[in-house]
Amino acid sequence: MFALIARRCVYALPIAIGVTVVCFSLVHLAPGDPLNAVVSPDAPADVVATLKHAYGFDRPLPIQYVRWLFRAASGDLGRSVATGRPVAEDMDQAIGNSVVLALVAASFGFTLGCLFGGIAGYARGGVIDRVASLCALLGVSVPHYWLGMVLVIVFSVELGVLPAIGMGPHGAEVWAWNANDLAHVLLPAITLAVIPLGIVTRTVRAAVAEALNQEFVLALRAKGLRSGAVLRHVMKNVAPVCLAVMGIQFGYMLGGSILVETVFAWPGTGFLMNDAIFRRDIPVLQGVILVLAMFFVGLNLVVDIVQTLIDPRMRRGTAR
Amino acid sequence: MSGDTPLLTVRGLRKHFLVRGQSGWGGKQRLHAVDGVDLFVRRGETLGVVGESGCGKSTLARLLVRLIEPDVGDVIFDGAAVAARGGISVRALRRAVQMVFQDSLASLNPRLTVEATIAYAPIVHGAPVAEANRRARAMLAQVGLVPEQFADRYPHELSGGQRQRVNIARALALEPRLLILDEAVSALDKSVEAQVLNLLLDLKDELDLTYLFISHDLNVVQYLSDRVLVMYLGRVVEVGPVEAIYERPAHPYTRALLAAMPTMDPDARADEPPLQGDPPNPIDPPSGCRFRTRCAFAEAACAAVDPPLAAVDGAGGEVLEPDHANAGAHYASCLMSVAGSGHSRAPARIGVAA
Amino acid sequence: MTSPAVDIDSAPATPVRPVAASARGYWRRVGRRLSRDPVTIVCAAILALIFLSAIFAGHLAPADPYKTSMLDRLKPFGFRGHLLGTDELGRDVLSRLLYGGRLSLLLGVSPVVAALAVGGFLGTVAGFFGGAINTMIMRTVDVFYAFPSVLLAIAISGSLGAGITNAILSLTIVFIPPIARVSESVTAGVRNLDYVGAARASGAGLFSVLRVHVLRNVLGPVFVYATSLISVSIILASGLSFLGLGVEPPHAEWGLMLNTLRPAIYIDPTVAAVPGAAILLTSISFNLLTDGLRHAMDVRA
Repeated sequence: MFALIARRCVYALPIAIGVTVVCFSLVHLAPGDPLNAVVSPDAPADVVATLKHAYGFDRPLPIQYVRWLFRAASGDLGRSVATGRPVAEDMDQAIGNSVVLALVAASFGFTLGCLFGGIAGYARGGVIDRVASLCALLGVSVPHYWLGMVLVIVFSVELGVLPAIGMGPHGAEVWAWNANDLAHVLLPAITLAVIPLGIVTRTVRAAVAEALNQEFVLALRAKGLRSGAVLRHVMKNVAPVCLAVMGIQFGYMLGGSILVETVFAWPGTGFLMNDAIFRRDIPVLQGVILVLAMFFVGLNLVVDIVQTLIDPRMRRGTAR
Repeated sequence: MSGDTPLLTVRGLRKHFLVRGQSGWGGKQRLHAVDGVDLFVRRGETLGVVGESGCGKSTLARLLVRLIEPDVGDVIFDGAAVAARGGISVRALRRAVQMVFQDSLASLNPRLTVEATIAYAPIVHGAPVAEANRRARAMLAQVGLVPEQFADRYPHELSGGQRQRVNIARALALEPRLLILDEAVSALDKSVEAQVLNLLLDLKDELDLTYLFISHDLNVVQYLSDRVLVMYLGRVVEVGPVEAIYERPAHPYTRALLAAMPTMDPDARADEPPLQGDPPNPIDPPSGCRFRTRCAFAEAACAAVDPPLAAVDGAGGEVLEPDHANAGAHYASCLMSVAGSGHSRAPARIGVAA
Repeated sequence: MTSPAVDIDSAPATPVRPVAASARGYWRRVGRRLSRDPVTIVCAAILALIFLSAIFAGHLAPADPYKTSMLDRLKPFGFRGHLLGTDELGRDVLSRLLYGGRLSLLLGVSPVVAALAVGGFLGTVAGFFGGAINTMIMRTVDVFYAFPSVLLAIAISGSLGAGITNAILSLTIVFIPPIARVSESVTAGVRNLDYVGAARASGAGLFSVLRVHVLRNVLGPVFVYATSLISVSIILASGLSFLGLGVEPPHAEWGLMLNTLRPAIYIDPTVAAVPGAAILLTSISFNLLTDGLRHAMDVRA
């Protein structure tokens, strides 16, 4: 079994390296000299040359890549062009904020999703099933940033009960949170949770419905097992798929939160990225993308391993 | 019925697959699917091939139509070596040898009509479309399906027996000489199976065909075959005329298989199964005789020597190469048939002073 | 060998229909199924309306979408002939909505089409040939698949800069990996089926087998999967414009309109909500349509 886990880790390595290559190349995709990001075009030639050498832009690309990779691995993500501060510093705080938002959204979205999906799958064709399917459909169809705006319109502008933007006064120190912080996180979390809610509901519903259709359920019922116990067996079957989906969705919430954070001015990684795009601040952009992408790769790996551990079929290597 | 050269001769055919071991780690292991098979098929006869699941029958079939490339071995069709210089090309082989698969639904492209499926092979070999379609309809009629009703149907609109008839029609569209039937009737209901078998017999006479019929159903094989070949774990263990095999089986495995056949006679019921256990893993076959782990007559000599195919009756147990000269002979791969092999039941060597 | 007097097997499995009336052609069958599905028909009608109104925006729009008016900014519904009010620069919202539909739909559909062509090709090649080719193609695809889609779209767009072609390019790159994966897995599944083996055993050449047997059975599921990505593409494309990365002002596009109308929610919230509703409607219709399409194309059901 450890061999299986080790193999998964080894497989993830080339992917991780590929991801870093893509992150690195993004900068060079940009039209114009990357040097223009750090120095204005009409600077005197010797200044340009010095800066070029200082940033290492005069070396061949593969060398630049390796140097950049090593620096990043040791925590040095460069300096922001706009503010001059080390990128890693800003990232630190931003990640914390994003994680908080994603966690709140996840706890809300996943519990509701599993609940709705489970009930809908169990009572197929019933009223709850139709309502859940409708909600799931809406969840995946709605542009969530627009939904965020609508929520702000309703709750902040019209009703005035919830703040429209920003994070609560206590920031990412969750243990110190009070009602004010909660009020700030509520709307963004709901907005962020909408799409994962839809996807999780759909997945859980389909998985539960399919599991209930299996013959082993019929056999369990014929043995005289009561509904509650049958349900537990079904849950064991459904768990791997659902956990996988939830894991991936959590990754999306963290990596793809930029739109929600823009609407609510939530000071997370997305907001940082948005700022960087606006100001063409390449080091920040590169740093944020790298960290988020690596996190997503790591999360995928963990989900993969957990799924292997839970699903006895995969453990033996007989499935697939 | 028998010409001089056999229609198909196979010598030393071997195919090993590399598979990942069970532990999920470590190198690949060798699965001995087909491990040195010699056989021949005479013109106009039906050779039945029987064996348990996993003995290599299906791999053998696919090797013969060259869907899989053998590792080692010669396949000679009508005197010409396949895929060898001066011999017959694989493409030409495919005109002459066709196969009918077990899963009737998976063998048919769900998006093609019956007519299009049958006409595909002739079109590929250069026939004009109209001519191929006409031929397809003629084949449909020959297998007992009314062309007007069935030509435009899709596979999922047919019953199992009808689909298998379509598969047979498709195989016959190229006017092959040898038809390989890989468990072609195994998935059908008994009554349907009987009809398809009778159809196969009729077609064999009408079209002057030769059959290689693979099955695990001993009754069907007995009904259809002229000669029977028994496989175990990738090797041929017994081969001979159908009466000899069924009435005087020489190899313990064949005997056990026949004893396990269900019978309607209440007095003939056995209390214990004749064979214990499951076949050993083809990844790691036993040394010497592969059947020794389940054989009631196994002795020390069986682990040491790999028994060759030896003639059973008549020639005093001499080891012989199976070739067409001994066409009707009965061979078994068991030390009990080989003179002087060291097995207690082996016949004494002729001419040896006691 | 005498055949039994009653040939049970030749009895037709389904009721006999005269040849002329039986459905010839798989697509005709699909069409018939679709025509009996009310939800799909309604969605198709809605989408047709949306597409047509975008194409004929020039004729339908009451006003010039670019014409600004400093006096008439952010007026509510119905103000002086502006059915849906005016935006933050005094432009007629309805006209901008109609013209914006062009770009939104273009940005939504064309990346999926392009990704279907490229990703479908790559995946089919990888799935059919297996081995080293498969590993090479699929590992490269996996690297891009390792990014969350929003992040990748923004990363590429952010690097390339704003603009319609850049947005289409980045979205195409985002959609190639999932389509490639799906077509690879479908092709690999089909390749192992007996009818492909039978086709090869008939002596058919590689291209013939691919064209007649493999592609036909792969294209269906892949196409259906790709259409389910259209709604995602529309939302992502609008999202890019919302962030300032896609369509640039003063062009009209639903996502961009949401962006520029955002500060206006304090003054005139309903106007600000209108473009999003358009995105929502289009997205839902595409989702339901593709669901219906998938159901109708299922040969067995």
